[in-house]
Amino acid sequence: MSTQVGNFEQPAEFAFTSEVMKMAKAHIAKYPKGRQASAVMPLLDLAQRQHEGWLPRAAMDYVADLLDMPRMIAYEVATFYTMYNLAPIGKHHVQVCTNLPCWLRGSDKIVDAAKRNLGIEMGGSTDDGMFTLSEMECLGACVNAPMMQINDDYFEDLDETSTESILTELKHGQQPKTGSQIARKTCEPIGGLTSLKSNAGKN
Amino acid sequence: MLKDQDRIFTNIYGHHDPFLEGAKSRGDWDGTKELLANGREWVVETVKASGLRGRGGAGFSTGLKWSFMPKESDGRPHYLVVNADEGEPGTCKDREILRHDPHKLIEGCLIASFAIGANAAYIYVRGEFYRETEALQRAIDEAYEAGLIGNNACGSGWDFECYVHRGMGAYICGEETALIESLEGKKGQPRLKPPFPANAGLYGCPSTVNNVESIAVAPTILRRGADWFAGMGRPNNTGTKLFNISGHVEQPCTVEEEMSIPLKELIKKHAGGVIGGWDNLLAIIPGGASVPCLPKGICDSVLMDFDSLREQQSGLGTAAIMVMDKSTDIVAAIARLSAFYKHESCGQCTPCREGTGWMSRMMARMVEGNASVDEIDLLDQVTRQVEGHTICALGDAAAWPVQGLIRHFRPELEARIEQAKKNAAA
Repeated sequence: MSTQVGNFEQPAEFAFTSEVMKMAKAHIAKYPKGRQASAVMPLLDLAQRQHEGWLPRAAMDYVADLLDMPRMIAYEVATFYTMYNLAPIGKHHVQVCTNLPCWLRGSDKIVDAAKRNLGIEMGGSTDDGMFTLSEMECLGACVNAPMMQINDDYFEDLDETSTESILTELKHGQQPKTGSQIARKTCEPIGGLTSLKSNAGKN
Repeated sequence: MLKDQDRIFTNIYGHHDPFLEGAKSRGDWDGTKELLANGREWVVETVKASGLRGRGGAGFSTGLKWSFMPKESDGRPHYLVVNADEGEPGTCKDREILRHDPHKLIEGCLIASFAIGANAAYIYVRGEFYRETEALQRAIDEAYEAGLIGNNACGSGWDFECYVHRGMGAYICGEETALIESLEGKKGQPRLKPPFPANAGLYGCPSTVNNVESIAVAPTILRRGADWFAGMGRPNNTGTKLFNISGHVEQPCTVEEEMSIPLKELIKKHAGGVIGGWDNLLAIIPGGASVPCLPKGICDSVLMDFDSLREQQSGLGTAAIMVMDKSTDIVAAIARLSAFYKHESCGQCTPCREGTGWMSRMMARMVEGNASVDEIDLLDQVTRQVEGHTICALGDAAAWPVQGLIRHFRPELEARIEQAKKNAAA
């Protein structure tokens, strides 16, 4: 896979800000001496976060050089893992899970609601650069299906109405409620607790 | 039904404080120093005697795995690697431990590391669990602050460092050697075994890779005794287990129950039953996407444990139960899983890289009935050519759901093909 996907301009240079460099050093310190290449994943993630959510080639080179590792290995990592975005991406990356548990609970409708609300197709971005819509494989919140992830947050127990209202709130610059969108705490049974009704104390 | 006082994860729903004060009130970090004072051998033997089998899917004895680590270091450090790369469709149990009971995991890491002679643990959390990673890191910071981990952890004399490493979106990294590759800063492509991680794992050093749940239950097992844990479930299938119940049930949920609970009872008691009643059940995938589905007839009486599900040519896997009622297009459901495995194949082994594509394309045609009846056997044959012919189990995982479909729903596949033929003729 190429590090250039699509036709857009790559910045010529990239460098961490001093604040991000501090975080990068904390990651590098987690690994034994001489094993600093282990930090390539977190550092590429930091680079992506610093660079408007996508990872330019210059950032891969920068991280590889910083870690004293072959640039090719950094390209391999950047193109292997799906969370590295190799092309410019919307400010809000709307990722709807369509794997089996979500599909059984109506993820097709969630996909349609998101497409309708944003006026884009799967894989597309809005013209104002605010939203990109993607189909996701299982995000590991299956008892709270259907769900979607937007940037770092999960939105769970969705229906068409809540999906649209979340997206509309984001359009208006508001922060929608994360987690379950119905009267339910995390992964407890929807109708109410069937166990752990009182604090079990020291077990 | 399991009593609350026998539940290990008493904050699984996050109703209480997940952090240190709350965790201590639930019994975490209670007498950890004394547990470690019993010695490495005692820890391993107790976990072995408890019958704990790995909670990540393969079901290998956790204590036995720990015992494979060299007793003395040959100069290389030992590592504990915790697999929190939870991504098997249907599975969302480790997520709740990470964000609601993180201290059980951290205390477990200390105990397991001590048991395998490791002074450092890496917890590899899937990248999408960003908020969960924040909660875990906060708990680790607290534990350092309180002297529970770090140098002379809990005053035990054992030095222990605990690090979090985030993945970046690759299902394959849930495979232990792919996870190690990833942790070393490479593409997550599985390694050939042998050598096994216990001999040459992370950085070529002796390593043990365990699932989050396996590690997180260890402290409670040591505190309450192997007999307590072994007294639940059936022989060879002991203890309690986190179950994820998703799909067509009235009340999807995660719940800790006794191992070997009948599947029907589990769904009725905790998930409010199948939508439209038990008779509206079509099939259940009992252990995450990779295990074959079971038709209602088997679900009526099967027990949720390793051996009972294996007898039915399925598996407990991660105990992620996906329920499908009669409204489900079962062919489309399995086709969705085939598409998933095609997407997630790392591309290293030809049978898997090519076979997942073949299976996915054939399954897509089966959904439409756009096939000949002979092709059902051809599809089955393709699954057998993938199964067992790859470095890791992803090939098997891709093959089994299709095999399960053909085994139990062949008439459905045939009917669809006939119908498509009729439609074309009309």
